[in-house]
Amino acid sequence: MKLSRGEKLFDWVNILVLTILTLFFLVPFLSVVSTSLVSGREYALRGLFILYPYQPVLNSYEMLLGQGSIVINAYFVTTARVIVGTALGLIFTFPLAYVLSKRRLYARVPITMFIFFTMLFHGGLIPNFVLIEKLGLLDSFWSMILPNLINPWWLLIMRNFMLAIPEELEEAAIMDGASPLVVLVRVYLPLSMPVIATIGLWYAVMHWNYWFDAAIYINDPKKLPLQLILRGILEYGTGQYSDYSGLAEMTELTDPPPAESLKAAMIVITTLPILMIYPFIQRYFVRGIMLGSIKG
Amino acid sequence: MQQPLGEQIRVRMDQDGPVFTDKRGFREAWRQIKRDRFLYALAALPLLYFIIFRYLPMVGLIIAFQDYDPFLGIGAMFSLDNFVGFKHFTNFFDSIFFWNVVRNTVLISFYKLLFGFPLPIILALLINEVRITLFQRTVQTISYLPHFFSMVVAAGIVRAMLTPQGGLLNQAIVAFGGEAQAFLTDPALFRSILVTMDVWQQAGWNSIIFLAAMATINPEMYEAAAMDGANRFQRMWYVTLPSISFAIVIILIFRIGGMLDAGFEQILLLYSPSVYSVSDIIDTYVYRAGLIGRQYSFGAAVGLFKSVLALGLMYLANKVAQYLGQEGLW
Repeated sequence: MKLSRGEKLFDWVNILVLTILTLFFLVPFLSVVSTSLVSGREYALRGLFILYPYQPVLNSYEMLLGQGSIVINAYFVTTARVIVGTALGLIFTFPLAYVLSKRRLYARVPITMFIFFTMLFHGGLIPNFVLIEKLGLLDSFWSMILPNLINPWWLLIMRNFMLAIPEELEEAAIMDGASPLVVLVRVYLPLSMPVIATIGLWYAVMHWNYWFDAAIYINDPKKLPLQLILRGILEYGTGQYSDYSGLAEMTELTDPPPAESLKAAMIVITTLPILMIYPFIQRYFVRGIMLGSIKG
Repeated sequence: MQQPLGEQIRVRMDQDGPVFTDKRGFREAWRQIKRDRFLYALAALPLLYFIIFRYLPMVGLIIAFQDYDPFLGIGAMFSLDNFVGFKHFTNFFDSIFFWNVVRNTVLISFYKLLFGFPLPIILALLINEVRITLFQRTVQTISYLPHFFSMVVAAGIVRAMLTPQGGLLNQAIVAFGGEAQAFLTDPALFRSILVTMDVWQQAGWNSIIFLAAMATINPEMYEAAAMDGANRFQRMWYVTLPSISFAIVIILIFRIGGMLDAGFEQILLLYSPSVYSVSDIIDTYVYRAGLIGRQYSFGAAVGLFKSVLALGLMYLANKVAQYLGQEGLW
């Protein structure tokens, strides 16, 4: 089909508008990346937020990631949080999703309502804080894991996925003498792998990014995850962590990076793992939206 | 990273399981429970999680009706001596903060809806019209990148853009002969910053659901429209938009249902005392007065006020959705 002039014009305007929008989404982050590479000397000459530095330097990164730095420590905390949180999240979510997908289950609907209600109503900030306090979890690693064990939305998505697995498979396995546990592990677990991978990734990204729980439950800087160290540096600069070697050496550098470059570098450090797995994230998250719309 | 309620997923309460009420029924129920004991055992631990971490805080809301002292034991929470009725609620309603935080909550939500709701639809329409697959994919991929930044990172990027110490925006203003501004402490601009950041972070992601709806449109509809002489704009207006109107209406209703969540984390990370007057929402007020100020009972009361309103709104939203012929959330 030959395009008319109007059609061609439409296409070009459309591409132009979308290009501008794409820049709007992308440029803020890119400019942070370039700021993180500006040296103190170049800053003195040209100011910050240079489109690209003439002499990009890694001073900021060297400082933040020095030996014994609080940032390295926080990386380990966050990594532990992601691994433990995702593993336990799946270990708790998968069995319950499986149980709720059994149509024959007595009281299935009341149990589902019991879970669903928690999505509409919750105790709120203060009672949650009091609970963590009373459980003795303040300043504990587990205060970031236990309250987030199961995300009810994701649980129901997983259940919806498993509802689509034909019940005849279970009947056939039982005919062959399989126990309920074997049915779960040998039949349903392999078939549910797509949804388990998707929701596992959601838990992982959630744990990597989430910060507010640690902000109210954890005081000890050594136990703080990366997001909180980032927040501290963004709002108060690096000075507060000067007790931790690595950052302290900034004063000894011949060309100390400007404060804004340090902040920018910290943003990049915190986001890098997300960027590295972004292709997977994109695929699985978008697929997840489709999974959610599978009819029960 | 909480998904807005009802935005993407619908919960289906299909085919009720058996429920028995008479005496013979109880025996039958017991037989079935025994038969499926493996399943109930599997569910026990996860359900315990819901009891402890989701329902116990609801029980804890009784401190909203007490003068709760954090240094007393749990027993004090259930002793009648401490009850003060609705004192904390009336204190809140009478305080100078009440109208301010309610107004800010509703206004910020409203502005986010006003700009943040149509933009993903427009974005999806534009992306849908692109004929070059590679360009289309690239635009999409980049547009949802900010959604995956943590709120701390996103707020940090916004701070970096706006800082008077050489932020990108101020550099541009200075380059054009203007004067650098302290954007984040200016009450006249703060809400606009919140809304812009929200659009930047969520527009691409929120467009996915509309793109998915567009993908299901029968191509013959477009061919028929083209045959009748409709140009691209007319096809967008008369074919694409009506075909996704169902998704538009449902998502709009549930966003209105979730209006009381105006963006707690975002505001907490960006605001400062100089902009409290335009940015202090119910959630941030609970955080400051209740948690930081250690007025637990008062904070719990304000939080409960919000939770109950939010539940009511969501219930209404669901009723409207059902009225419009959708199945609703439940």
